[in-house]
Amino acid sequence: MWNPWALTSVGLVMLVTFYLGHRTSRFARSTHDFLVARRTVRSRRNAAAISGEYLSAASFLGVAGLVLKDGADALWYPIGFTAGYLALMLFVAAPLRRSGAYTLPDFLEARLGSVSLRTMSTWFVVFIGVLYMLPQLQGAGIALTAIMPAPAWVGSVLVTVVVAVNVMAGGMRAITLVQAFQYWLKLFALAVPTFVLAVVFFGSDGAGSAGSLGDPAPPRFTEETRVAIRTEATLRVGEPTPVRIGDGNRETTVWLPGTDYDIEPGTTLVFPADAKVPVVSDGELDNASWLRPTETASELLGTYSLILATFFGTMGLPHVLVRFYTNPDGRSARRTTVQVLLLLGLFYLFPVMIGALSRMYVPQLLVTGNTDAAVLEVPGAMVPGVLGQLLTAVTAAGAFAAFLATASGLLVTVAGVIATDLLAGKARDFRTATLFVAAVPALLAVLLPVEDLSLSVGMSFALAASTFAPLLVLGIWWRRLTWLGAMAGMCTGGGLVLAAVVLNSISARTGAWAPWFLEQPGLFTVPAAFLVTIVVSLGTARRVPEDVNAVMLRLHAPDPLGFMRDRTVARFGRAEARARTGRGRHRK
Amino acid sequence: MTDDFYRSVDGIRVPDPTLGKNVRPEPEPEPVPDEQVAPEPPPKIRRKRVVLAEPSRTPSSLRARVELEQQTSWGELLINDLIKIQLRTAIALGGLVVLVLGALPALSYFVPAFTELRFVGIPLPWLLLGVAPFPLLFGVGLWYNRLAERHERDFVDMIEN
Repeated sequence: MWNPWALTSVGLVMLVTFYLGHRTSRFARSTHDFLVARRTVRSRRNAAAISGEYLSAASFLGVAGLVLKDGADALWYPIGFTAGYLALMLFVAAPLRRSGAYTLPDFLEARLGSVSLRTMSTWFVVFIGVLYMLPQLQGAGIALTAIMPAPAWVGSVLVTVVVAVNVMAGGMRAITLVQAFQYWLKLFALAVPTFVLAVVFFGSDGAGSAGSLGDPAPPRFTEETRVAIRTEATLRVGEPTPVRIGDGNRETTVWLPGTDYDIEPGTTLVFPADAKVPVVSDGELDNASWLRPTETASELLGTYSLILATFFGTMGLPHVLVRFYTNPDGRSARRTTVQVLLLLGLFYLFPVMIGALSRMYVPQLLVTGNTDAAVLEVPGAMVPGVLGQLLTAVTAAGAFAAFLATASGLLVTVAGVIATDLLAGKARDFRTATLFVAAVPALLAVLLPVEDLSLSVGMSFALAASTFAPLLVLGIWWRRLTWLGAMAGMCTGGGLVLAAVVLNSISARTGAWAPWFLEQPGLFTVPAAFLVTIVVSLGTARRVPEDVNAVMLRLHAPDPLGFMRDRTVARFGRAEARARTGRGRHRK
Repeated sequence: MTDDFYRSVDGIRVPDPTLGKNVRPEPEPEPVPDEQVAPEPPPKIRRKRVVLAEPSRTPSSLRARVELEQQTSWGELLINDLIKIQLRTAIALGGLVVLVLGALPALSYFVPAFTELRFVGIPLPWLLLGVAPFPLLFGVGLWYNRLAERHERDFVDMIEN
């Protein structure tokens, strides 16, 4: 399907991204520029950049899709995504910046003085980075197919190329302004359509074409509707529903409640007017239960698990942490986080509203299971004609801003870690690493089948919460942490989450038998990681690093006392810069 | 030559030790070849701030800083107090938020009637989950920021006096 407006807007976003990156990367020369933008990013710009980087495809498209499918229970995702920053601010932000580290593995080495722990965490950073990048690139592919007839890999490759060119030109220096710009673009791209659609909605007496949300019944089709199923789906109905399977078929079968209907890919389903909308097997069937949060015990525990994973997961995401290293000092890192809380809270009001509207206007997405497309499809379904196309163009531009911003942050992080830990850490090495790191997820995105956007992102949060979060919290506040304890905790937490991922994907292919704690493993894996870290640390008390007091002083002493030391300059800076920013002489 | 000297002391003007002596300027050292081939853009001419005196630092504050740095028992005690109060504040505020947010799922599970309530036509749970948490989180963030900065200021004041 062609939408010339959307194509133009997406092209514009890519051009502006490229231009801003090109402008700001002109002065990027040294490793210090590429890794942490010379630590000169002020709190307001950094807050916008962090929000821009953080609002990924999962937030921009995924949250509305989840609200469409799961209703009130899905509201916990935006809450958790935001609350994670509060935890980050309370326990991590300022001390992390004062450590003077330039990557997450570097912080761990600065605190615990172990090279093997550093290597281990390097691989975890690479793994989390690629896992997080995959849905961004696949999302770009899907979004592009929605606005022009092109194979899905075109979008993935396009985004990878734009991002890689920017990052190679200037690293962190190049992407800071780009990400800040993309936050405001994304806010605009959801806020404007939401306002217009809300006006349309209230103009039509507060009921969408598929019935108002106040009806306890499931949404229904207003006219004869054809739904083409592209991926395998299991459907359920709440009431007897007539349906014709196959386009040419004249015979109407009736689906009954309580049975799962497996649909082969490539099937076309034709629903007569007034038929109730069936739902993919894990969605909420009728509006009454869609409106109510937390009805069953497993939903209750799943919600708590999600809260825990997102609360601790944000602080463990390496691409979020690396942005905090770009602040000038610890105090501005903390101020940055306060502003991030404001910016995220502002943004998340809109996907929720769009998700609720989409339940009333595009119920066919519930049948195909492609709920992530809700943000892109609602404007066209609610407002016919050019205005609808224009609004779609605006949301499509926002979606691409989301892919670009998150992918560039991840690319800088993973390339930085590889360049400094596996290569020599020169600017040239950073560029080589970027090329390599961009190629791997792009290949995977083209080859692997597409999963639910928010599912794999949810797993990345659980993984980050069970690996890096305990190390950061304990490393900053607990003197008796040892590198052996840290290693054991990281392996336990990471191993448990990976086991859950594997079991989950096996269960998805063999009849969905996985209980809730395999889908949301945070409730068990996070405490387990903390516990193992503490117990092993206490058992290996002789290994507490000798300089622990000096490190603690550096992490917690207020900035004006000048105990902060910049590890980037110490390792990569030239002699003159090392003398200038040596002991106690950090840049204000 | 003199400019270089001032830069090397962070722009703080102290009497030039070569003043009045017939010192021949040392030859410029060979520039070290950088790994970057691209020529550096010409430096912008910027106004330079000249500080005419060191901020007065009393001997006692210097002693405190040295004690902190050398990890004497007194210095360790000081920084431990700061860490403890920051951690206590963080846990108190974090606990508050976890309690408030954590109560919501339990409330709607154990008191289902609560989910039927409406406020101007919108179900109450949707307002409580979709809108209310964000001002709460931002407010707590602001509050913590103020408290943490106050603790740090108190600490610096104590060290300087």
